[in-house]
Amino acid sequence: MQLTRRDLLVMGSVGMGATLMGALPAIASLTDDEIAKITGGADVSEGDLAITAPEIAENGNTVPIEVTAPGAVMVAIFADGNPVPNVASVKFGPMNPSRSASTRIRLAKTQNVVAIAQMEDGSFQKATSNVKVTIGGCGG
Amino acid sequence: MRRITTLIAVSTLAVGAATAQDSNELSIDGAPMVTEVAAPAHMENVDTIYSGWRFRSVETQSLEMDDFDNPAFVFVDKGIDLFDAVDGSEGKACASCHEDVAEFAGLRTKLPKVQDGELVTMEELVNGCRTERMGAEPWKWSGGDMTAMTALIGLQSRGMPIDVAIDGDAAPFWEKGKELYYTRVGQLDMACSNCHEDNYGVMIRADHLSQGQINGFPTYRLKNAKLNSSHGRFKGCMKNIRAEPYKEGGEKFKALELYLASRGNGLSVETPSVRN
Amino acid sequence: MASGVKPRVKVPKSAAAGETIVIKTLISHKMESGQRKDGDGNVIPRSIINRFTADFNGQNVIDVTLEPAISTNPYFQFESTVPEAGEFKFTWYDDDGSVYETAKKISVS
Repeated sequence: MQLTRRDLLVMGSVGMGATLMGALPAIASLTDDEIAKITGGADVSEGDLAITAPEIAENGNTVPIEVTAPGAVMVAIFADGNPVPNVASVKFGPMNPSRSASTRIRLAKTQNVVAIAQMEDGSFQKATSNVKVTIGGCGG
Repeated sequence: MRRITTLIAVSTLAVGAATAQDSNELSIDGAPMVTEVAAPAHMENVDTIYSGWRFRSVETQSLEMDDFDNPAFVFVDKGIDLFDAVDGSEGKACASCHEDVAEFAGLRTKLPKVQDGELVTMEELVNGCRTERMGAEPWKWSGGDMTAMTALIGLQSRGMPIDVAIDGDAAPFWEKGKELYYTRVGQLDMACSNCHEDNYGVMIRADHLSQGQINGFPTYRLKNAKLNSSHGRFKGCMKNIRAEPYKEGGEKFKALELYLASRGNGLSVETPSVRN
Repeated sequence: MASGVKPRVKVPKSAAAGETIVIKTLISHKMESGQRKDGDGNVIPRSIINRFTADFNGQNVIDVTLEPAISTNPYFQFESTVPEAGEFKFTWYDDDGSVYETAKKISVS
């Protein structure tokens, strides 16, 4: 799929416009709502869960990320500035020792990538990484 | 909308403070590539030439360093299938005449070149085989079948230095390409040289200007997630300076391709490279 | 079946018993997000790979639910232990109902 610069601008400006109007919580809560669906409102702590993403992405179309979640059974990944925050959820089987996975994702604009891990004991952990998405000057 | 766009531009300018190429070294599956070398003698204004790889972020760079991580290889695989696929009235595949695609090692370093008074590119060699020997329809210059095939054939020369001829029969084509390179066109009144010779290494908004080398084409771009021909890229540049693009496969772009290739003489073929 | 969909996987041919190996997978797919409109303003329908699984000798290694925010040509890299010789099986599920499968054998030295 090809995202044109205009698509990205429009997607970005939706978020920007919302920010200017002070409506940011409405955007952020989409991700919060999804997280609540997973946790059922249970406490979420910081732990060994780590999310690795570039500080600056050269193109929002293909952003490499990695989650590492020792002791997790599942990790859900969200992008809080995308039109739909859900990115992926990864269930780890017993064969996967490090409980880590890498993939490539789409980010519509500069935003937080959020990972929620469900641990073997039923508790939850959260990690966040901010990614600045640049818009090419001369993408051609 | 304009104000929002400006806001984005300002904020990204602050992000992209880095200038000039980096000093990283490229090896692909362990094979070293030349990404920096003394400029060929014909270049009057540049001392050292750099592969576009050196201007990209670490994340984009790493995609090219392993053939599995490089998404272009999805299309190289497609090229392998096409190489063996019978097409056209003669019942032939590429493989009917060319037993092993590896026999094309070195070809990419010499193209475009002059044959019988005509400047020919790899696309034309491929389509020549298709129409004359296979009795098949020619492929579109920048279509998926063509870029898959030129990526597969170009890959056979990966790591070899670009070495196009610019003298003899090639001289008039090369001179024409050079003239195009330095000619200002479009509403923004810009020549290739304004960005890629005068300002390489500088940020143009959030983008890092390279020297416009074509040693990695066709290249997989993150922007459109597919292989891009050099002529397709020239078109993109021309649109950006608000010029009417020349025709893909036309005499002007072919001459420009020869001139640009000659500005990369000495750099390794990186086909298929990965860029943003 | 969507046209031109082609899986690629990279698994070592052999490993020591109990060793942890790195697996890389990629499938060619446009991952149309359902967020875009065509030239006439009509929404282009979503068409993505929505699930990817990897199993070793019938035991699950990873089971991923994909959303449209996963990039074109979905790529996953992950680890697995190899307790014995056997076969990795990889399965991708397409929105259009197609299922793409590939398998790789691994020996234990």
